Amino acid sequence: MAGAFDNVKIARKVTRPTALDYINHIFDGFTEFHGDRLFGDDKAVVGGIAWLEHRAVTVLGIQKGKTMEENIKRNFGSPNPEGYRKALRLMKQAEKFGRPIINFINTSGAYPGVGAEERGQGEAIARNLLEMAELKVPSISIIIGEGGSGGALAMAVTDRVWMLENSIYAILSPEGFASILWKDASRAKEAADVMKLTANDLLKLGVVEKVIKEARGGCQNDFGFTANLLKSKLVIEIDTLCAMPIEKLLEERYARFRAFGEFSE
Amino acid sequence: MPKFKFPDVDTLKSRMSELKQAAQKDKKPEEEAIPSTSIKCPSCENVFDKKELGMLKICPKCARYFRLNSKERIRLVADEGSFEELDSTLNAKNPLNFPDYEEKIAKMQEKTGLKDAVVTGVCTIGGEKAVLGVMDSGFMMASMGSVVGEKLTRAFEYATENKLPIIIFACSGGARMQEGIVSLMQMAKVSAAAAKHSKAGLLYITVLTDPTTGGVTASFAMLGDIIVSEPKALIGFAGRRVVEGTIKQKLPDEFQTAEFQLEHGFVDIIVTREEMPIKLRDILRIHSGRKDGAR
Repeated sequence: MAGAFDNVKIARKVTRPTALDYINHIFDGFTEFHGDRLFGDDKAVVGGIAWLEHRAVTVLGIQKGKTMEENIKRNFGSPNPEGYRKALRLMKQAEKFGRPIINFINTSGAYPGVGAEERGQGEAIARNLLEMAELKVPSISIIIGEGGSGGALAMAVTDRVWMLENSIYAILSPEGFASILWKDASRAKEAADVMKLTANDLLKLGVVEKVIKEARGGCQNDFGFTANLLKSKLVIEIDTLCAMPIEKLLEERYARFRAFGEFSE
Repeated sequence: MPKFKFPDVDTLKSRMSELKQAAQKDKKPEEEAIPSTSIKCPSCENVFDKKELGMLKICPKCARYFRLNSKERIRLVADEGSFEELDSTLNAKNPLNFPDYEEKIAKMQEKTGLKDAVVTGVCTIGGEKAVLGVMDSGFMMASMGSVVGEKLTRAFEYATENKLPIIIFACSGGARMQEGIVSLMQMAKVSAAAAKHSKAGLLYITVLTDPTTGGVTASFAMLGDIIVSEPKALIGFAGRRVVEGTIKQKLPDEFQTAEFQLEHGFVDIIVTREEMPIKLRDILRIHSGRKDGAR
Protein backbone atom coordinates (compact mmCIF):
# COMPACT_ATOMS: atom_id res chain seq x y z
CA MET A 1 0.00 0.00 0.00
CA ALA A 2 1.23 3.46 -0.82
CA GLY A 3 2.14 5.51 2.24
CA ALA A 4 1.18 9.10 2.97
CA PHE A 5 4.70 10.20 2.15
CA ASP A 6 4.04 9.38 -1.53
CA ASN A 7 1.40 12.14 -1.44
CA VAL A 8 3.94 14.45 0.17
CA LYS A 9 6.34 13.81 -2.70
CA ILE A 10 3.69 14.37 -5.36
CA ALA A 11 2.42 17.51 -3.60
CA ARG A 12 5.92 18.97 -3.65
CA LYS A 13 6.77 18.06 -7.27
CA VAL A 14 8.27 21.03 -9.06
CA THR A 15 6.19 20.13 -12.12
CA ARG A 16 2.94 20.27 -10.14
CA PRO A 17 0.56 22.89 -11.58
CA THR A 18 0.64 26.14 -9.63
CA ALA A 19 -2.01 28.62 -8.52
CA LEU A 20 -1.61 30.71 -11.68
CA ASP A 21 -2.03 27.61 -13.85
CA TYR A 22 -5.46 27.04 -12.31
CA ILE A 23 -6.36 30.72 -12.29
CA ASN A 24 -5.56 31.11 -15.98
CA HIS A 25 -7.35 27.89 -16.94
CA ILE A 26 -10.51 28.24 -14.87
CA PHE A 27 -11.23 31.99 -15.04
CA ASP A 28 -11.61 34.52 -17.85
CA GLY A 29 -9.97 37.93 -17.91
CA PHE A 30 -7.87 37.62 -14.78
CA THR A 31 -6.37 40.99 -13.89
CA GLU A 32 -3.67 40.82 -11.26
CA PHE A 33 -3.42 43.49 -8.56
CA HIS A 34 -0.37 44.17 -6.47
CA GLY A 35 0.71 45.34 -3.05
CA ASP A 36 -0.54 45.49 0.50
CA ARG A 37 -0.60 49.34 0.65
CA LEU A 38 1.59 49.11 3.74
CA PHE A 39 5.01 47.81 2.84
CA GLY A 40 5.36 46.18 -0.55
CA ASP A 41 4.25 43.56 -3.04
CA ASP A 42 4.87 39.96 -2.07
CA LYS A 43 5.21 37.88 -5.20
CA ALA A 44 4.56 34.67 -3.28
CA VAL A 45 0.91 35.75 -3.23
CA VAL A 46 -1.01 36.57 -6.40
CA GLY A 47 -4.48 38.02 -6.53
CA GLY A 48 -6.94 39.99 -8.56
CA ILE A 49 -10.32 40.01 -10.25
CA ALA A 50 -11.69 37.66 -12.89
CA TRP A 51 -14.80 36.00 -14.31
CA LEU A 52 -15.92 32.56 -13.27
CA GLU A 53 -18.25 31.91 -16.22
CA HIS A 54 -20.57 34.92 -15.88
CA ARG A 55 -19.83 35.79 -12.30
CA ALA A 56 -17.31 38.43 -11.18
CA VAL A 57 -15.02 36.98 -8.51
CA THR A 58 -11.87 37.77 -6.57
CA VAL A 59 -9.16 35.15 -6.97
CA LEU A 60 -6.08 34.65 -4.82
CA GLY A 61 -3.27 32.17 -4.78
CA ILE A 62 -0.05 31.31 -3.05
CA GLN A 63 2.33 30.96 -5.95
CA LYS A 64 5.33 28.67 -6.25
CA GLY A 65 7.76 28.87 -9.15
CA LYS A 66 8.64 26.14 -11.60
CA THR A 67 12.19 27.27 -12.31
CA MET A 68 14.90 28.30 -9.87
CA GLU A 69 14.68 31.86 -11.16
CA GLU A 70 10.94 32.01 -10.68
CA ASN A 71 11.17 30.32 -7.30
CA ILE A 72 13.57 32.99 -6.09
CA LYS A 73 11.11 35.65 -7.25
CA ARG A 74 8.22 33.79 -5.58
CA ASN A 75 10.27 32.99 -2.45
CA PHE A 76 9.44 29.30 -3.10
CA GLY A 77 5.82 30.05 -2.31
CA SER A 78 6.49 31.12 1.28
CA PRO A 79 4.70 34.42 1.89
CA ASN A 80 5.96 37.26 4.02
CA PRO A 81 3.49 39.29 6.14
CA GLU A 82 2.86 41.66 3.22
CA GLY A 83 1.63 38.69 1.19
CA TYR A 84 -1.06 37.88 3.76
CA ARG A 85 -1.88 41.57 4.06
CA LYS A 86 -2.26 41.88 0.29
CA ALA A 87 -4.56 38.87 0.38
CA LEU A 88 -6.62 40.48 3.14
CA ARG A 89 -6.78 43.78 1.28
CA LEU A 90 -8.12 42.06 -1.82
CA MET A 91 -10.58 40.00 0.20
CA LYS A 92 -11.92 43.15 1.87
CA GLN A 93 -12.20 44.68 -1.60
CA ALA A 94 -14.19 41.61 -2.68
CA GLU A 95 -16.47 42.08 0.33
CA LYS A 96 -17.07 45.73 -0.54
CA PHE A 97 -18.11 44.88 -4.08
CA GLY A 98 -19.96 41.67 -3.22
CA ARG A 99 -17.65 39.31 -5.10
CA PRO A 100 -17.16 35.73 -3.92
CA ILE A 101 -13.58 34.75 -3.13
CA ILE A 102 -11.65 31.75 -4.42
CA ASN A 103 -8.23 30.97 -2.92
CA PHE A 104 -5.66 28.52 -4.31
CA ILE A 105 -3.26 27.39 -1.61
CA ASN A 106 0.18 25.95 -2.17
CA THR A 107 2.83 26.72 0.41
CA SER A 108 5.22 24.82 2.61
CA GLY A 109 4.54 27.55 5.17
CA ALA A 110 4.80 31.22 6.02
CA TYR A 111 8.37 32.46 5.55
CA PRO A 112 10.45 32.21 8.74
CA GLY A 113 12.81 35.12 8.03
CA VAL A 114 14.11 38.07 10.04
CA GLY A 115 12.10 40.62 8.04
CA ALA A 116 8.99 38.48 8.36
CA GLU A 117 9.33 38.52 12.14
CA GLU A 118 10.09 42.26 12.20
CA ARG A 119 6.98 42.98 10.15
CA GLY A 120 4.76 40.71 12.25
CA GLN A 121 4.23 37.38 10.51
CA GLY A 122 2.21 36.21 13.49
CA GLU A 123 0.03 39.31 13.48
CA ALA A 124 -0.56 39.10 9.72
CA ILE A 125 -1.75 35.50 9.92
CA ALA A 126 -3.83 36.16 13.04
CA ARG A 127 -5.53 39.17 11.43
CA ASN A 128 -6.53 37.09 8.41
CA LEU A 129 -8.05 34.37 10.62
CA LEU A 130 -10.15 36.94 12.45
CA GLU A 131 -11.21 38.97 9.40
CA MET A 132 -11.94 35.98 7.17
CA ALA A 133 -14.28 34.55 9.80
CA GLU A 134 -16.52 37.59 9.28
CA LEU A 135 -16.24 38.40 5.56
CA LYS A 136 -19.73 39.01 4.19
CA VAL A 137 -19.14 37.20 0.89
CA PRO A 138 -18.94 33.47 0.09
CA SER A 139 -15.49 31.92 -0.10
CA ILE A 140 -13.87 28.67 -1.17
CA SER A 141 -10.26 27.64 -0.76
CA ILE A 142 -8.60 24.79 -2.60
CA ILE A 143 -5.33 23.26 -1.44
CA ILE A 144 -3.63 22.41 -4.71
CA GLY A 145 -0.23 21.26 -3.42
CA GLU A 146 1.15 21.85 0.05
CA GLY A 147 -1.02 23.28 2.79
CA GLY A 148 1.66 24.23 5.27
CA SER A 149 0.36 25.12 8.71
CA GLY A 150 -0.63 28.67 9.70
CA GLY A 151 0.78 29.95 6.42
CA ALA A 152 -1.95 28.00 4.59
CA LEU A 153 -4.70 28.49 7.18
CA ALA A 154 -4.23 32.26 6.84
CA MET A 155 -6.02 31.99 3.47
CA ALA A 156 -8.24 29.01 4.26
CA VAL A 157 -10.81 30.28 6.78
CA THR A 158 -13.46 29.92 4.08
CA ASP A 159 -16.99 28.52 3.74
CA ARG A 160 -15.63 25.49 1.91
CA VAL A 161 -12.16 24.00 1.94
CA TRP A 162 -11.32 21.52 -0.79
CA MET A 163 -8.20 19.57 -1.63
CA LEU A 164 -6.77 18.04 -4.76
CA GLU A 165 -6.36 14.31 -4.31
CA ASN A 166 -2.59 14.35 -3.88
CA SER A 167 -2.25 17.57 -1.96
CA ILE A 168 -1.43 17.67 1.75
CA TYR A 169 -2.50 19.87 4.65
CA ALA A 170 -0.74 19.73 7.99
CA ILE A 171 0.38 21.48 11.14
CA LEU A 172 4.02 21.13 10.07
CA SER A 173 6.14 19.35 7.47
CA PRO A 174 6.58 15.66 8.26
CA GLU A 175 10.31 16.36 8.62
CA GLY A 176 9.67 19.10 11.19
CA PHE A 177 7.07 16.96 12.96
CA ALA A 178 9.52 14.06 13.28
CA SER A 179 12.29 16.31 14.46
CA ILE A 180 10.13 17.96 17.15
CA LEU A 181 8.46 14.84 18.48
CA TRP A 182 11.13 12.22 17.89
CA LYS A 183 14.21 14.44 17.57
CA ASP A 184 14.86 12.71 14.25
CA ALA A 185 13.94 14.39 10.95
CA SER A 186 14.77 11.23 9.03
CA ARG A 187 11.60 9.63 10.39
CA ALA A 188 9.51 11.89 8.12
CA LYS A 189 7.91 8.94 6.35
CA GLU A 190 6.63 7.52 9.59
CA ALA A 191 5.48 10.98 10.65
CA ALA A 192 3.52 11.42 7.42
CA ASP A 193 1.63 8.21 8.21
CA VAL A 194 0.50 9.32 11.68
CA MET A 195 -0.18 12.97 10.82
CA LYS A 196 -3.37 12.44 8.77
CA LEU A 197 -2.23 14.91 6.15
CA THR A 198 -3.64 13.35 2.98
CA ALA A 199 -6.77 14.65 1.29
CA ASN A 200 -8.73 11.48 2.04
CA ASP A 201 -7.71 11.44 5.71
CA LEU A 202 -8.72 15.09 6.05
CA LEU A 203 -12.04 14.43 4.32
CA LYS A 204 -12.75 11.74 6.95
CA LEU A 205 -11.75 14.14 9.74
CA GLY A 206 -14.10 16.77 8.31
CA VAL A 207 -11.31 19.29 7.78
CA VAL A 208 -12.20 19.48 4.07
CA GLU A 209 -15.52 19.00 2.28
CA LYS A 210 -14.39 17.74 -1.07
CA VAL A 211 -11.49 15.94 -2.72
CA ILE A 212 -10.85 16.64 -6.40
CA LYS A 213 -9.56 13.71 -8.42
CA GLU A 214 -6.19 13.75 -10.14
CA ALA A 215 -4.70 11.66 -12.90
CA ARG A 216 -2.66 8.66 -11.81
CA GLY A 217 0.71 9.85 -10.47
CA GLY A 218 -0.49 13.42 -10.01
CA CYS A 219 -2.35 16.19 -11.85
CA GLN A 220 0.76 17.23 -13.79
CA ASN A 221 0.07 14.13 -15.90
CA ASP A 222 -3.32 15.44 -17.03
CA PHE A 223 -3.77 19.03 -15.93
CA GLY A 224 -6.86 19.60 -18.09
CA PHE A 225 -8.73 16.76 -16.38
CA THR A 226 -8.25 18.12 -12.84
CA ALA A 227 -8.65 21.79 -13.82
CA ASN A 228 -11.89 21.17 -15.75
CA LEU A 229 -13.28 19.00 -12.97
CA LEU A 230 -12.42 21.67 -10.41
CA LYS A 231 -13.97 24.39 -12.55
CA SER A 232 -17.27 22.54 -12.91
CA LYS A 233 -17.45 21.96 -9.15
CA LEU A 234 -16.51 25.57 -8.38
CA VAL A 235 -19.23 26.96 -10.65
CA ILE A 236 -21.89 24.86 -8.93
CA GLU A 237 -20.67 25.52 -5.40
CA ILE A 238 -20.23 29.28 -5.83
CA ASP A 239 -23.80 29.40 -7.23
CA THR A 240 -25.05 27.53 -4.17
CA LEU A 241 -23.16 29.73 -1.71
CA CYS A 242 -24.22 32.95 -3.48
CA ALA A 243 -27.85 31.87 -3.14
CA MET A 244 -27.58 31.65 0.63
CA PRO A 245 -28.59 34.57 2.88
CA ILE A 246 -25.41 36.13 4.22
CA GLU A 247 -26.41 35.69 7.88
CA LYS A 248 -26.83 31.97 7.36
CA LEU A 249 -23.54 31.77 5.52
CA LEU A 250 -21.71 33.44 8.41
CA GLU A 251 -23.44 31.23 10.98
CA GLU A 252 -22.43 28.13 9.08
CA ARG A 253 -18.87 29.35 8.64
CA TYR A 254 -18.61 29.93 12.38
CA ALA A 255 -20.08 26.52 13.10
CA ARG A 256 -17.73 24.90 10.59
CA PHE A 257 -14.62 26.00 12.49
CA ARG A 258 -16.30 25.91 15.92
CA ALA A 259 -16.77 22.16 15.60
CA PHE A 260 -13.08 21.25 15.41
CA GLY A 261 -11.61 19.59 18.47
CA GLU A 262 -11.81 16.31 20.34
CA PHE A 263 -12.18 16.26 24.10
CA SER A 264 -14.24 14.70 26.84
CA GLU A 265 -16.10 16.53 29.57
CA MET B 1 20.49 -2.11 6.54
CA PRO B 2 23.29 0.25 7.60
CA LYS B 3 26.70 -1.43 7.67
CA PHE B 4 28.20 -1.76 11.10
CA LYS B 5 31.94 -2.12 11.46
CA PHE B 6 33.19 -3.10 14.85
CA PRO B 7 35.77 -0.50 16.02
CA ASP B 8 39.30 -1.56 16.90
CA VAL B 9 40.58 -1.74 20.47
CA ASP B 10 42.42 1.60 20.45
CA THR B 11 39.35 3.45 19.25
CA LEU B 12 37.29 1.78 21.94
CA LYS B 13 39.83 2.66 24.63
CA SER B 14 40.00 6.31 23.69
CA ARG B 15 36.19 6.42 23.43
CA MET B 16 35.93 4.93 26.94
CA SER B 17 38.24 7.53 28.43
CA GLU B 18 36.28 10.26 26.63
CA LEU B 19 33.08 8.94 28.12
CA LYS B 20 34.65 8.76 31.60
CA GLN B 21 35.80 12.35 31.33
CA ALA B 22 32.41 13.43 30.13
CA ALA B 23 30.76 11.60 33.01
CA GLN B 24 33.02 13.36 35.50
CA LYS B 25 32.23 16.70 33.94
CA ASP B 26 28.53 15.96 34.28
CA LYS B 27 29.04 15.11 37.94
CA LYS B 28 30.66 18.39 38.84
CA PRO B 29 27.52 20.45 39.29
CA GLU B 30 26.11 17.74 41.51
CA GLU B 31 29.03 18.11 43.92
CA GLU B 32 28.31 21.77 44.37
CA ALA B 33 24.58 21.20 44.11
CA ILE B 34 22.53 23.97 45.60
CA PRO B 35 20.37 23.13 48.61
CA SER B 36 16.73 22.35 47.91
CA THR B 37 15.61 25.55 49.61
CA SER B 38 17.74 27.61 47.22
CA ILE B 39 17.47 28.46 43.56
CA LYS B 40 19.99 29.55 40.94
CA CYS B 41 19.12 32.32 38.51
CA PRO B 42 19.81 31.17 34.94
CA SER B 43 20.62 34.75 33.94
CA CYS B 44 23.02 36.05 36.60
CA GLU B 45 23.80 32.65 38.21
CA ASN B 46 23.14 34.15 41.61
CA VAL B 47 22.14 31.47 44.14
CA PHE B 48 19.55 32.61 46.62
CA ASP B 49 16.87 31.34 48.99
CA LYS B 50 13.64 30.39 47.21
CA LYS B 51 11.67 32.61 49.59
CA GLU B 52 13.47 35.64 48.20
CA LEU B 53 11.83 34.95 44.83
CA GLY B 54 8.54 36.07 46.38
CA MET B 55 5.09 36.03 44.85
CA LEU B 56 6.31 37.94 41.81
CA LYS B 57 9.05 35.38 41.15
CA ILE B 58 11.70 37.89 40.19
CA CYS B 59 15.44 37.37 40.75
CA PRO B 60 16.43 39.72 43.62
CA LYS B 61 19.79 40.42 41.98
CA CYS B 62 19.22 40.85 38.22
CA ALA B 63 15.40 41.20 38.11
CA ARG B 64 15.00 38.26 35.72
CA TYR B 65 11.41 37.04 35.53
CA PHE B 66 10.85 33.41 36.42
CA ARG B 67 7.83 31.84 34.75
CA LEU B 68 4.61 31.88 36.76
CA ASN B 69 2.23 28.96 36.64
CA SER B 70 -1.46 29.64 36.12
CA LYS B 71 -2.27 29.46 39.84
CA GLU B 72 0.46 31.94 40.75
CA ARG B 73 -0.61 34.23 37.93
CA ILE B 74 -4.26 34.25 38.95
CA ARG B 75 -3.30 34.95 42.58
CA LEU B 76 -1.22 37.88 41.39
CA VAL B 77 -3.79 39.45 39.10
CA ALA B 78 -7.31 38.65 40.33
CA ASP B 79 -8.82 40.18 43.44
CA GLU B 80 -8.43 37.76 46.32
CA GLY B 81 -11.06 35.06 46.26
CA SER B 82 -12.78 36.48 43.18
CA PHE B 83 -11.72 33.88 40.62
CA GLU B 84 -14.38 31.37 39.61
CA GLU B 85 -13.18 28.75 37.18
CA LEU B 86 -15.12 27.85 34.03
CA ASP B 87 -15.06 24.58 32.08
CA SER B 88 -12.71 22.89 34.51
CA THR B 89 -13.51 19.34 33.46
CA LEU B 90 -12.39 19.30 29.83
CA ASN B 91 -10.00 16.49 29.05
CA ALA B 92 -7.85 15.85 25.99
CA LYS B 93 -8.56 12.96 23.63
CA ASN B 94 -6.31 11.59 20.94
CA PRO B 95 -7.62 12.64 17.51
CA LEU B 96 -4.65 11.22 15.56
CA ASN B 97 -4.25 8.15 17.79
CA PHE B 98 -0.76 9.45 18.35
CA PRO B 99 1.37 6.89 20.19
CA ASP B 100 1.62 7.48 23.97
CA TYR B 101 -0.29 10.79 23.86
CA GLU B 102 -2.83 9.71 26.52
CA GLU B 103 0.00 8.60 28.82
CA LYS B 104 1.79 11.89 28.32
CA ILE B 105 -1.37 13.84 29.18
CA ALA B 106 -1.98 11.70 32.28
CA LYS B 107 1.59 12.26 33.44
CA MET B 108 1.36 16.02 32.94
CA GLN B 109 -1.98 16.14 34.75
CA GLU B 110 -0.48 14.35 37.71
CA LYS B 111 2.61 16.56 37.73
CA THR B 112 0.80 19.90 37.44
CA GLY B 113 -2.61 19.22 38.96
CA LEU B 114 -4.07 20.79 35.80
CA LYS B 115 -6.33 19.18 33.21
CA ASP B 116 -4.59 20.94 30.33
CA ALA B 117 -2.54 24.03 29.46
CA VAL B 118 -5.07 26.78 30.12
CA VAL B 119 -7.23 27.85 33.06
CA THR B 120 -10.25 30.05 32.33
CA GLY B 121 -12.73 31.77 34.59
CA VAL B 122 -14.35 34.97 35.75
CA CYS B 123 -12.84 37.33 38.29
CA THR B 124 -12.60 40.93 39.37
CA ILE B 125 -9.48 43.05 39.06
CA GLY B 126 -9.63 46.09 41.31
CA GLY B 127 -13.37 45.48 41.43
CA GLU B 128 -13.73 45.37 37.63
CA LYS B 129 -15.33 42.16 36.37
CA ALA B 130 -13.57 40.34 33.53
CA VAL B 131 -13.19 36.93 31.98
CA LEU B 132 -9.65 35.68 32.53
CA GLY B 133 -7.71 33.03 30.63
CA VAL B 134 -4.25 32.01 31.78
CA MET B 135 -2.03 29.63 29.87
CA ASP B 136 0.39 27.47 31.82
CA SER B 137 3.82 26.73 30.38
CA GLY B 138 4.27 23.91 32.89
CA PHE B 139 1.79 21.79 30.91
CA MET B 140 3.45 20.64 27.68
CA MET B 141 4.86 24.14 27.14
CA ALA B 142 1.29 25.45 26.95
CA SER B 143 0.87 24.01 23.48
CA MET B 144 -2.59 24.50 21.98
CA GLY B 145 -4.64 21.38 21.38
CA SER B 146 -8.39 20.81 21.40
CA VAL B 147 -8.84 21.51 25.12
CA VAL B 148 -6.94 24.81 25.07
CA GLY B 149 -8.78 25.86 21.90
CA GLU B 150 -12.19 24.86 23.26
CA LYS B 151 -11.73 26.49 26.67
CA LEU B 152 -10.55 29.76 25.15
CA THR B 153 -13.39 29.69 22.61
CA ARG B 154 -15.90 29.15 25.41
CA ALA B 155 -14.27 31.93 27.43
CA PHE B 156 -14.77 34.31 24.48
CA GLU B 157 -18.35 33.12 23.99
CA TYR B 158 -19.07 33.55 27.71
CA ALA B 159 -17.60 37.06 27.60
CA THR B 160 -19.65 37.96 24.52
CA GLU B 161 -22.85 36.58 26.03
CA ASN B 162 -22.34 38.36 29.35
CA LYS B 163 -20.97 41.56 27.78
CA LEU B 164 -17.68 41.25 29.65
CA PRO B 165 -14.15 42.21 28.77
CA ILE B 166 -11.67 39.34 28.42
CA ILE B 167 -8.01 39.20 29.39
CA ILE B 168 -5.80 36.38 28.17
CA PHE B 169 -2.33 35.78 29.56
CA ALA B 170 -0.71 34.09 26.58
CA CYS B 171 2.31 31.84 26.63
CA SER B 172 2.88 28.88 24.39
CA GLY B 173 5.36 26.84 22.47
CA GLY B 174 2.75 26.79 19.67
CA ALA B 175 0.53 24.05 18.35
CA ARG B 176 0.06 20.73 20.14
CA MET B 177 1.90 18.58 17.61
CA GLN B 178 0.33 15.35 18.89
CA GLU B 179 -3.09 16.64 17.76
CA GLY B 180 -1.83 17.57 14.30
CA ILE B 181 -4.27 19.32 12.00
CA VAL B 182 -6.93 19.44 14.75
CA SER B 183 -4.56 21.66 16.68
CA LEU B 184 -4.13 23.95 13.63
CA MET B 185 -7.90 24.32 13.40
CA GLN B 186 -8.01 25.66 16.98
CA MET B 187 -6.30 28.81 15.69
CA ALA B 188 -9.23 29.51 13.38
CA LYS B 189 -11.78 28.50 16.01
CA VAL B 190 -10.50 30.80 18.78
CA SER B 191 -9.92 33.67 16.32
CA ALA B 192 -13.51 33.39 15.05
CA ALA B 193 -14.78 33.57 18.63
CA ALA B 194 -12.52 36.59 19.23
CA ALA B 195 -14.02 38.21 16.11
CA LYS B 196 -17.56 37.86 17.51
CA HIS B 197 -16.49 39.33 20.84
CA SER B 198 -14.85 42.22 19.03
CA LYS B 199 -17.89 42.84 16.83
CA ALA B 200 -19.98 43.14 19.99
CA GLY B 201 -17.84 46.15 20.91
CA LEU B 202 -16.20 44.43 23.86
CA LEU B 203 -12.65 44.80 25.14
CA TYR B 204 -10.02 42.12 24.65
CA ILE B 205 -6.62 42.50 26.30
CA THR B 206 -3.81 40.07 25.64
CA VAL B 207 -0.84 39.90 27.95
CA LEU B 208 2.09 38.23 26.26
CA THR B 209 4.38 36.36 28.62
CA ASP B 210 7.48 34.27 28.13
CA PRO B 211 7.34 32.50 25.68
CA THR B 212 4.55 33.34 23.22
CA THR B 213 5.30 31.67 19.89
CA GLY B 214 3.98 29.76 16.89
CA GLY B 215 0.28 29.20 16.37
CA VAL B 216 -0.69 31.13 19.48
CA THR B 217 1.18 34.22 18.27
CA ALA B 218 -0.39 33.68 14.84
CA SER B 219 -3.89 33.69 16.28
CA PHE B 220 -5.52 35.09 19.43
CA ALA B 221 -2.33 36.41 21.10
CA MET B 222 -1.91 39.07 18.41
CA LEU B 223 -5.61 39.96 18.23
CA GLY B 224 -6.09 41.97 21.42
CA ASP B 225 -7.48 45.49 21.21
CA ILE B 226 -4.64 46.18 23.59
CA ILE B 227 -1.52 44.05 23.56
CA VAL B 228 0.45 44.14 26.79
CA SER B 229 3.69 42.32 27.39
CA GLU B 230 5.89 41.43 30.32
CA PRO B 231 9.47 42.74 30.03
CA LYS B 232 11.95 40.57 28.14
CA ALA B 233 9.33 37.95 27.20
CA LEU B 234 10.12 35.95 24.06
CA ILE B 235 7.45 36.73 21.45
CA GLY B 236 7.57 35.54 17.87
CA PHE B 237 6.04 33.37 15.18
CA ALA B 238 8.89 31.19 13.86
CA GLY B 239 11.29 29.65 16.35
CA ARG B 240 14.65 31.33 16.76
CA ARG B 241 16.53 28.28 15.50
CA VAL B 242 14.29 28.02 12.45
CA VAL B 243 14.98 31.64 11.55
CA GLU B 244 18.70 31.15 12.15
CA GLY B 245 18.52 28.13 9.87
CA THR B 246 16.86 30.24 7.17
CA ILE B 247 19.40 33.06 7.25
CA LYS B 248 22.37 30.84 8.16
CA GLN B 249 23.60 33.16 10.88
CA LYS B 250 23.20 33.88 14.58
CA LEU B 251 20.55 36.33 15.68
CA PRO B 252 21.10 39.08 18.23
CA ASP B 253 19.88 38.44 21.80
CA GLU B 254 17.14 41.04 21.58
CA PHE B 255 15.52 39.35 18.54
CA GLN B 256 11.88 38.48 19.31
CA THR B 257 11.89 40.00 22.79
CA ALA B 258 9.01 42.09 24.11
CA GLU B 259 11.19 45.15 23.59
CA PHE B 260 11.82 44.11 19.94
CA GLN B 261 8.07 43.73 19.40
CA LEU B 262 7.40 47.12 21.01
CA GLU B 263 10.02 48.69 18.74
CA HIS B 264 8.42 47.10 15.66
CA GLY B 265 4.92 48.13 16.60
CA PHE B 266 3.36 44.85 17.69
CA VAL B 267 3.02 45.50 21.41
CA ASP B 268 1.15 48.47 22.90
CA ILE B 269 2.88 48.58 26.25
CA ILE B 270 5.34 46.67 28.40
CA VAL B 271 4.15 46.36 31.98
CA THR B 272 6.14 44.98 34.90
CA ARG B 273 4.77 42.24 37.09
CA GLU B 274 4.39 44.59 40.07
CA GLU B 275 2.34 47.05 38.06
CA MET B 276 0.27 44.51 36.11
CA PRO B 277 -2.89 44.32 38.28
CA ILE B 278 -3.11 48.10 38.64
CA LYS B 279 -2.50 48.69 34.94
CA LEU B 280 -5.11 46.10 33.93
CA ARG B 281 -7.57 47.61 36.40
CA ASP B 282 -6.97 51.08 34.96
CA ILE B 283 -7.45 49.89 31.38
CA LEU B 284 -10.64 48.04 32.38
CA ARG B 285 -11.95 51.17 34.12
CA ILE B 286 -11.33 53.43 31.15
CA HIS B 287 -13.44 51.02 29.09
CA SER B 288 -16.18 50.66 31.69
CA GLY B 289 -16.29 54.39 32.34
CA ARG B 290 -15.96 53.93 36.11
CA LYS B 291 -13.08 56.29 36.73
CA ASP B 292 -12.68 55.62 40.44
CA GLY B 293 -14.26 52.21 40.35
CA ALA B 294 -17.55 53.67 41.58
CA ARG B 295 -20.57 51.57 40.63
